[in-house]
Amino acid sequence: MDFELSKEHQLLQRAVREFAEAEIAPLSAQIEEKKEIPRNLIEKMAEFGLFGVPFAREYGGAGAGEMGYCLMMEEIGKVSSSVAALLGAHIGIGSMAIYLDGTEEQKRKYLVPLARGEKIAAFALTESGAGSDAASIQLSAVRDGNHYVLNGSKIWITNGPIADVIGLFAVTDKALGARGGVTAFIVEKGFSGFSIGTIDEKMGIQGSSTGELVFEDCRVPVDNVLGQFGAGFITAMKALDIGRMGLGAASLGGAEAALQKSLEYAKYREQFGRPIAHKQAIQFMIADMATEIEALRSLVYRTAWMADTGQEFRRLADICKLFGSEVASRAADRAVQIHGGMGYMRDYFVERMYRDARIGEIFEGTNEIQRIVIATDLFRELGVRIRP
Amino acid sequence: MNIVVCVKQVPDTASKINVKEGIVDTEGLESVINPYDEYAIEEALLIKERLGEGKVTVITVGPERAKDALKSGLALGADEAIHLIDEAFKGSDPYATALLLAKALEKINYDIIFCGKQGVDEDHAQVGIALAELLDLPHVSVIVKLDISEDGKRAIAHREVEGGKEVIETSLPAVFTAQKGLNEPRYPSLRGIMAVKKKTIAEWGAQELGVSPQEVGREAAKIKMVEAMTPPGREAGKVFQGEEPGEMARKVAHLLQDEAKIL
Ligand SMILES: Cc1cc2nc3c(=O)[nH]c(=O)nc-3n(C[C@H](O)[C@H](O)[C@H](O)COP(=O)(O)OP(=O)(O)OC[C@H]3O[C@@H](n4cnc5c(N)ncnc54)[C@H](O)[C@@H]3O)c2cc1C
Ligand SMILES: Cc1cc2nc3c(=O)[nH]c(=O)nc-3n(C[C@H](O)[C@H](O)[C@H](O)COP(=O)(O)OP(=O)(O)OC[C@H]3O[C@@H](n4cnc5c(N)ncnc54)[C@H](O)[C@@H]3O)c2cc1C
Repeated sequence: MDFELSKEHQLLQRAVREFAEAEIAPLSAQIEEKKEIPRNLIEKMAEFGLFGVPFAREYGGAGAGEMGYCLMMEEIGKVSSSVAALLGAHIGIGSMAIYLDGTEEQKRKYLVPLARGEKIAAFALTESGAGSDAASIQLSAVRDGNHYVLNGSKIWITNGPIADVIGLFAVTDKALGARGGVTAFIVEKGFSGFSIGTIDEKMGIQGSSTGELVFEDCRVPVDNVLGQFGAGFITAMKALDIGRMGLGAASLGGAEAALQKSLEYAKYREQFGRPIAHKQAIQFMIADMATEIEALRSLVYRTAWMADTGQEFRRLADICKLFGSEVASRAADRAVQIHGGMGYMRDYFVERMYRDARIGEIFEGTNEIQRIVIATDLFRELGVRIRP
Repeated sequence: MNIVVCVKQVPDTASKINVKEGIVDTEGLESVINPYDEYAIEEALLIKERLGEGKVTVITVGPERAKDALKSGLALGADEAIHLIDEAFKGSDPYATALLLAKALEKINYDIIFCGKQGVDEDHAQVGIALAELLDLPHVSVIVKLDISEDGKRAIAHREVEGGKEVIETSLPAVFTAQKGLNEPRYPSLRGIMAVKKKTIAEWGAQELGVSPQEVGREAAKIKMVEAMTPPGREAGKVFQGEEPGEMARKVAHLLQDEAKIL
């Protein structure tokens, strides 16, 4: 057993940390206030190579694998959850769907500019009537010559309003449903019949753009069917495995930042004649944060290593998402508590973190759904089939 | 255009330096590429990019861990790396370091040689200049701007001097030492970092360079560090309060005059 990161991954980790501290951290408050990630930051991130970390070099990626992806998400998660959401949706699920199941031609045409950050990706599965029950989506795709005609809408799509390329999931056979009746498509923002609907106002990650995508007789060429016809649900689930692992990594970064801020504050804030660091009540919160962080780090890195070495990592990815998001929420909660009244003040780092952390327990499958999936998987090994 | 950049690995300036038995204890120190060398590498890359052709080679003298400095250079975009490494090189002074670099440079092609203006660890600011002397090349030190002529045969360098600026023209090949302000060093791209493992780093020892162990290393050093010490810690400041202001001012003036001897 060897816990040492490769030299390249160490260099990558350090470089991303420096970039995040120098280029993203100073803007992170402004990103929330303006509810937008500035275009020139996105360009800098693209040039630096953040948009293609795990993808093979031949497709414009860094070739850093899932380990590189997780190390990157951890560092970004420390400074801005909104930027982490942008990258998570872009890499972990949006581009990943094309990387996993796209044809060579589709990869050349779409993945290369996505990996280089010249274009932004989104992943559109959720509908107003289909959240946790993603298999019940309604958006329909009907063949018409060399095109499919799409009708329906998707809601709460991360990067949706700013995306150039969208991995979209639509019903091609209602009777079959998720088992053979859902097909994935690659949609360009310029396709006729596609438009952006409501742009959402959120509790946290306000710099991340979230919105509704509307399809009214939207024409998508048959060449843009992603993966096997009718196998779209499988594509979605495979991409979400990577996405959830990355979410765990970003949560790790968030929790680490919460701990760091808490340590600094407790060291300096004096009450009753001494820094509050000397109070056991504070020490216990700090120790619990550190303990959970170390457990999460081992989990995330091991899951990435499993993925990179071609082993089955699906259940672990779900566990990363479940445990990671809850560790991050608890860490943010403790950080607010340690900061006392200061922790409740708007636009103070930990107040923002507290709001930002909450989404981790909801998107990419709620934590209830993760628990169900994990347990279903465990029971399956015993031959018990759990019904949702 | 062949551009060679001499780089040094130094302790991170943010780290706390400990002195043990008269020498700096490098144990546990975070190491980085010398910051002035980053300007040198950046300038080399900019020249290559501007010309649309060329090769950038990074070279270092140092122990095994100094490979990380070369890797940083490769990650930034250098094409090749050479590591001058040998037990016999340990403890080399700036002159011996320059000698080793000169021997290595005699084996390869170069049009421009860059060094940082000094290493931020020992601050000798000698290697670049000694190297130019050993290779019998012109040198311009502490440069903040560099223009290479179209034909690649001449260069105009700007250097900042007390209260003004000097503009110096030189033929190439030449040695330049880089000062802060020369450019804005880039981040290594993540693609560049991951490409490092595909690049090989040449290792040359005393034998490859044709130097005898007696010429270099600690024994041959022309200068020796006699002792290193950490500056004495500062005492807490004196605070006057609660007295009549004129009286407190008198006390301060007295201390400045008689104790600190500033007035
Ligand atoms: C900011 C944000 C960004 C998002 N980005 C994207 C995106 O990029 N792409 C995308 O496709 N979607 C995205 N979503 C949608 C997200 O994935 C869904 O919100 C999520 O899957 C939950 O669905 P829902 O909101 O409809 O909740 P519901 O499914 O209605 O769930 C409501 C509650 O019921 C619980 N519940 C539901 N079913 C069960 C069950 N069987 N057993 C026990 N409990 C159950 C849930 O856990 C939850 O607590 C985003 C959402 C948000 C808020
Ligand atoms: C929205 C808001 C409204 C408010 N309204 C009012 C108001 O109307 N009137 C008013 O007077 N004040 C008001 N306050 C102030 C509020 O009462 C204080 O913020 C609160 O008492 C905590 O003090 P503090 O923020 O200085 O935190 P600190 O006292 O600095 O505490 C920081 C952390 O250290 C812990 N801690 C401190 N001492 C110990 C100890 N001995 N042992 C263990 N743990 C310790 C605390 O529990 C906390 O977790 C308000 C604050 C807010 C945020």
